[in-house]
Amino acid sequence: MSTTEKALDIQGLEKTYAGGVKALKGINLQVEQGDFFALLGPNGAGKSTTIGIICSLVNKSSGTISVFGNDSVTQEVAAKSCIGLVPQEFNFNQFETLLQIVVNQAGYYGVPRKIAKIRAEKYLKQLELWDKRNANARELSGGMKRRLMIARALMHEPKMLILDEPTAGVDIEVRRSMWAFLKDINQQGVTIILTTHYLEEAEMLCRNIAIIDNGVIVENTSMKTLLSTLNLETFVFDLASGAKNINIPEFEHRAIDDQTLEVDVPKDSGLNVVFEEFSARKIKVMSMRNKANRLEELFVKLVKANNTPSTEPIAKGEPT
Amino acid sequence: MNIAANRNFVALKTIWVKECTRFLRIWIQTLVPPAITMSLYFVIFGNLIGKRIGEMGGFSYMEFIVPGLIMMSVITSSYSNVSSSFFSAKFQRNVEELLVAPVPTWVVIMGFVGGGVARALIIGVLVTCVSMFFVDVKIHSFFVIVVTLVLTSILFATAGLINGIYAKNFDDISVIPTFVLTPLTYLGGVFYSLTLLPDFWQVVSQANPIVYMVNGFRYGFLGVSDVNHWTAIGLLIVFNIALLSVAYQLLKKGVGIRS
Repeated sequence: MSTTEKALDIQGLEKTYAGGVKALKGINLQVEQGDFFALLGPNGAGKSTTIGIICSLVNKSSGTISVFGNDSVTQEVAAKSCIGLVPQEFNFNQFETLLQIVVNQAGYYGVPRKIAKIRAEKYLKQLELWDKRNANARELSGGMKRRLMIARALMHEPKMLILDEPTAGVDIEVRRSMWAFLKDINQQGVTIILTTHYLEEAEMLCRNIAIIDNGVIVENTSMKTLLSTLNLETFVFDLASGAKNINIPEFEHRAIDDQTLEVDVPKDSGLNVVFEEFSARKIKVMSMRNKANRLEELFVKLVKANNTPSTEPIAKGEPT
Repeated sequence: MNIAANRNFVALKTIWVKECTRFLRIWIQTLVPPAITMSLYFVIFGNLIGKRIGEMGGFSYMEFIVPGLIMMSVITSSYSNVSSSFFSAKFQRNVEELLVAPVPTWVVIMGFVGGGVARALIIGVLVTCVSMFFVDVKIHSFFVIVVTLVLTSILFATAGLINGIYAKNFDDISVIPTFVLTPLTYLGGVFYSLTLLPDFWQVVSQANPIVYMVNGFRYGFLGVSDVNHWTAIGLLIVFNIALLSVAYQLLKKGVGIRS
């Protein structure tokens, strides 16, 4: 198989549901091998339908999908073997043990039981679930269930992992450990496609991005390029005190509290003026950072530009 | 074995073992009730009432009803095993585990139907063992017994699968057994010989497929039957081909499982 082949190549994909709802209106999308790709969009935009069609859970109306050069219809077995899916909803048998769930999943892909057991130990250990291997899945916490679905998706060692909101509803500690795990397997060469409502997550993990809204792709570019289209960059300064007394006429700024100041700095401007103001007022700067919601601003802008009212606001760092 | 055949064999074995593990895990719900129910049938219909009925088809009433009761358990258990298992897989959405994997449709069917057949055969053996406490079980043709038993359990396991495919809620998987399967079984000659019926109802009864299964099975045990046992086996093969084809087409199209 050529390394120039796309991990995923979608052409003219359309889906009209039985009730007449047109969920996808001819989308084209390419994902490079080894990429960490974000597929974002408001609720009902068509993300899950797209993933469902790629993974054979939803019948397409028209269009073609190729996975590592394998057509999803004519080379269905090869295409399916390349994909591991971590769905949005828990969809394992709640009455089975973790070991049964992951070993059975490997069996569906033709992995012999002996090898499946070795892999089960590897992935359950990596995802910190090995101690629970003989517990029923229903006994797990939400974060454990999410990790179980990742372990299950990896059992046939797919070249591409598709995660549909994998960190929804899990605490920050588990989320961060999942990010580290996903980064690690991506570095090992696994292509990852991620949908998420945590835009900070997409910004932190993904190299390329597509934004889908109302069944059409409204943006498809690299994360870097997309973020560079922002004219303003917001810096957050953690000060010893005195944030409320700051006055910098050149830039928009706001004091979040007396120790925290946010300053919107145009891309072609330096930060010297800000530091001069701090020095003039003898304010001690404890630390500074970029505000990590740049993608969120772009996301809202692009979706608005598509002239589609979002039914639910995208909250900062919170599940919707 | 080539790669595809090997992959399919592993997948089939996985589904079948999973299905068997499921009903064995809940054996108290799946294996014990038929044995208890049939014991009650043997005690009440066979032992108490049967003594007053006298002979039927040249055999004691108890001997006469044993094959039918075994067949009744086999039909019910093969059907309910697959309908409930497949619907549960849909309900919990773990049928998606199969849909995303490269498992051919026929492997899915064989795996689920195989699970239903396994449960039916275990029930068949259990009920036969129970019947031995009440009657001296005779075997006229072991071949006919095995062929009828296996074909019947495949047929009703497939019917259960089709029910599971169409079912949208738990009521949907109990409607057919309650309103179709049970009446057809009771009217299928389990408790009586068709020759006892008026001519008109004898003809009507021949439209009931369960008549052929019960009588074919009875022939295997007693050597007597209201219908020709080869006709019964032939019809079972035809019904099996028809239902398996329907199940294949439904799953291939994704009816009830893909939007």
